[in-house]
Amino acid sequence: MTPGVSSPRTRQQRGPSRQRFDPTRVVLIAVASAGAAGSLCWTSLTGFVEPHAALAFGVLVALGELARITLPGNREVAPIASAGAIGYTFLVTIGGEPVHHSPAQVIAVVAVGLAVGELPHVAVGRTPRWSDLARRLLIVAIIAVAFRPSTLWLEPSGPHWGYKLSMMGALVMLVWLVDSAIAAAIRAERLRTRFTVAYRDEVRALLPIGLAVGASGILIALASSVMGLVALLVFTAPLLVTQVAFRRFAEIRLTYLQTVRALSRVTEVGGYVETGHSRRVSRLAQAVGCELAMRESDLLELEYAALMHDIGQLSLRDPIPSGATVLAPPREQRRIAELGSAVIRETGVLDSVADLVRRQCEPYMGDGDDGPPPLGSRIIKVANAFDDLVGESKDRDRIEAVLQRLRMDTDREYDPAVVEALASVLNRPAPRWSGVRLLSGTPLGSGGSPSMAEPAQEGARDG
Amino acid sequence: MRALPAVARVYVCLVVLGAAAVLVIGPYEGIAPETLILLAVVFVVAESIARLVDGGRTGISPSLSVSLAAVVITGPVGAAVVGLCSSLLLRRQGLVKRLFNGGQLALTGYAAGHAFQLLGGEQGVPDRSDFPWIVLPFTASILVHTVVNVLLVTTLMWCLGVVRIQQVRTVRWRPLAVLELSSMGYGMLGLFIAAVWGLVGAFAVLLVLLPLFIARWAFDQYIAEQRAHDATLATLCQAVETKDYYTRGHCMRVSKASGMIAQELGMHAERVQTIRYAGMLHDVGKLGVPTKVLQKSGKLTEEEFAAIQLHPMRGYEIVREIGFLDEALAGIMHHHERMDGRGYPMGLAGEEIPEFARIISVADAFDCMTSTRSYRKARSIEEAIAELRRCAGPQFDPRMVDALISAVARDGWETPDAVEPPDDDLVEVAQQDHDDPSVPLRVAKEAERS
Repeated sequence: MTPGVSSPRTRQQRGPSRQRFDPTRVVLIAVASAGAAGSLCWTSLTGFVEPHAALAFGVLVALGELARITLPGNREVAPIASAGAIGYTFLVTIGGEPVHHSPAQVIAVVAVGLAVGELPHVAVGRTPRWSDLARRLLIVAIIAVAFRPSTLWLEPSGPHWGYKLSMMGALVMLVWLVDSAIAAAIRAERLRTRFTVAYRDEVRALLPIGLAVGASGILIALASSVMGLVALLVFTAPLLVTQVAFRRFAEIRLTYLQTVRALSRVTEVGGYVETGHSRRVSRLAQAVGCELAMRESDLLELEYAALMHDIGQLSLRDPIPSGATVLAPPREQRRIAELGSAVIRETGVLDSVADLVRRQCEPYMGDGDDGPPPLGSRIIKVANAFDDLVGESKDRDRIEAVLQRLRMDTDREYDPAVVEALASVLNRPAPRWSGVRLLSGTPLGSGGSPSMAEPAQEGARDG
Repeated sequence: MRALPAVARVYVCLVVLGAAAVLVIGPYEGIAPETLILLAVVFVVAESIARLVDGGRTGISPSLSVSLAAVVITGPVGAAVVGLCSSLLLRRQGLVKRLFNGGQLALTGYAAGHAFQLLGGEQGVPDRSDFPWIVLPFTASILVHTVVNVLLVTTLMWCLGVVRIQQVRTVRWRPLAVLELSSMGYGMLGLFIAAVWGLVGAFAVLLVLLPLFIARWAFDQYIAEQRAHDATLATLCQAVETKDYYTRGHCMRVSKASGMIAQELGMHAERVQTIRYAGMLHDVGKLGVPTKVLQKSGKLTEEEFAAIQLHPMRGYEIVREIGFLDEALAGIMHHHERMDGRGYPMGLAGEEIPEFARIISVADAFDCMTSTRSYRKARSIEEAIAELRRCAGPQFDPRMVDALISAVARDGWETPDAVEPPDDDLVEVAQQDHDDPSVPLRVAKEAERS
């Protein structure tokens, strides 16, 4: 599947207005670039004050941007750049000398710093993540506009420090909440999930690094008044340690995902299931999970479980015909689920994933004393059945027929809410659908064989 | 702690008495009591949080910064008081241990304080004029702090008989250097806490230590995720080989043997870890070989042999998307190449074969020979080594064979228990093993068949 082949026709069908258009994202980027341009113009007209400090902080911001990291969930952050920018905003004195830069100068310096730090990334072919970049600038702009005017009437030192410190703390908390809200709005648009769920996810994901950045920013501003600009170097060090730790965590999280994704293919190589089945089920399940407003941590478990849902077949002597578990007798299905769950439980760390896999073939109201199976299991059941019946086919009629068949079984087997969510996922224009891949942090399909590339998406496009 | 040797008892008494003497003698002038109390409280809280966060695994903690800040702000006696407060720590600990910890930290702080003042450092919150020269006496005081601390604790260990002097030669320098550097870093922050203390008081500690605590937390998350990843990888690899009863545990043992060879060759720790992963994953492609081929006992046809020859490529295809494997991918793909160029899939020879592949191929054959197969019993380690020696040159890289032999001679090798497959239709039994160098696969030649 190459975009060049399918896109002209689909574009014509959908029309340009159905192209990916996330209003929050566009407004955010527009506001940020307008702010940056305006501040730059204003400051170059009125002139830069204290150019040494501006240069030092600009360099710090640029270096921080250069060393930015990507947290799990594809969240790009640049802790050192943000801390440097916050430090510059809160700067009142340097080594006892008061400084007087205006909010516009803060925004201009930070914008130039970010842009300079972005250049090497662009040079090696990494496209900037405009929305994340805009958010980094925007939080600084908010703090600058709120805080800078107050430095005019605050004494540089003395009894005001307590007051100033609490003001800084409150401001940092406030912008962090605003920042999470913007990030959540963009995420909710992209993944088609509920804003409140996305907001909770963002707050949870950004809290630790946000605290570290806020504390370091305030500290840089405070320490500069005692030590001068050396403080920049000194108080970047703890943040650097923090950043290294987060980077390693993000890397191992990505590795983990890659490992599970790769090894989920052993069932295909062994001829147990059709090529690409595990991945298609995993993508579908994630999209449905987003539609049903699952939390990020649950979505990750769902992805693992969906990737490994057929691992139990490895213990079978002979592959079941065409690998479609939906056509196997219920007893056999149950056994595959139990065997797979036992394998996963063996890891000792994926107990809830094992539970999702174990209960993947139960009817949606449950059939034992355990009550209904977890939502993840119900989603996997539907996604697996859909993919077993449709496979790589892109035929719209066949998809409709299979959906109809699933709907007919909603009185007992399949959860009606999940089936309806699946239907709306499949009816969605393709780009949004494929946005799900952003969840996991890597563009899928780029390294995979062409036959594995998102057939379900193709199906949705044809409609 | 109950059965404390007499020497240790005397030593702990001495340390505690010494600390008490320092505290009684003083002098206390020039120390603001509220500053001292605040520092002590912050120290205890920081230390307790550090213990909470990482469970006390590492010896140093961010509270070191606080005690060095106390050295600057309150001088030797104040630092001693703050150090003693560590015996009030919020955790369960025996009384003797508490007392000793408090006592030794008090003495350490006292010594560091004197070192600081001896080199011209002044007691009190440093101001602008003190920078940057204050860094010199402060560095000295960090060094004294570290040395005295290590001395006092090592002596206790020696009294308890945990450490013996002659073991010093085998100290690993790298982790020690990392530990020292990070403790220097934490110590340096003490000066800056002291500098900011003049502006915002105890908040300085919060602001400085918050990023560090968060870093620790993130680092713990990283370790946990790493463990989870390794466990999952191992489990999935084992799941792949459950099909053939005799080869169970093969991937784990090949992983271990490959790691031993790599270590013996003096590879960097990261590469050793990567080759462990490669050894673990080397046979995932075997699942693509039809079961009937694996179970055939006689000669193989060309097609069947070709199917077996395909498995390294299959394995490579499965794992190539795993980013961190990198060098290991080549190892997986070429682990059946032979030094004389008659191996598969590419027929590479000698140094053309990637280093990882040469390692895995030796480890692979070694484990195969020392475990039981359906057509033969397990061989002894000596027999297997003799066979490896015989094949070194044409089949294996002699360097890798030697490394394995000396690693096994030093660390030993645990052969798997002899297994008897139960009578179960789930279990399948291969009639030959492609890894076995002593019983090579026999392929019927075209001429023979016709």
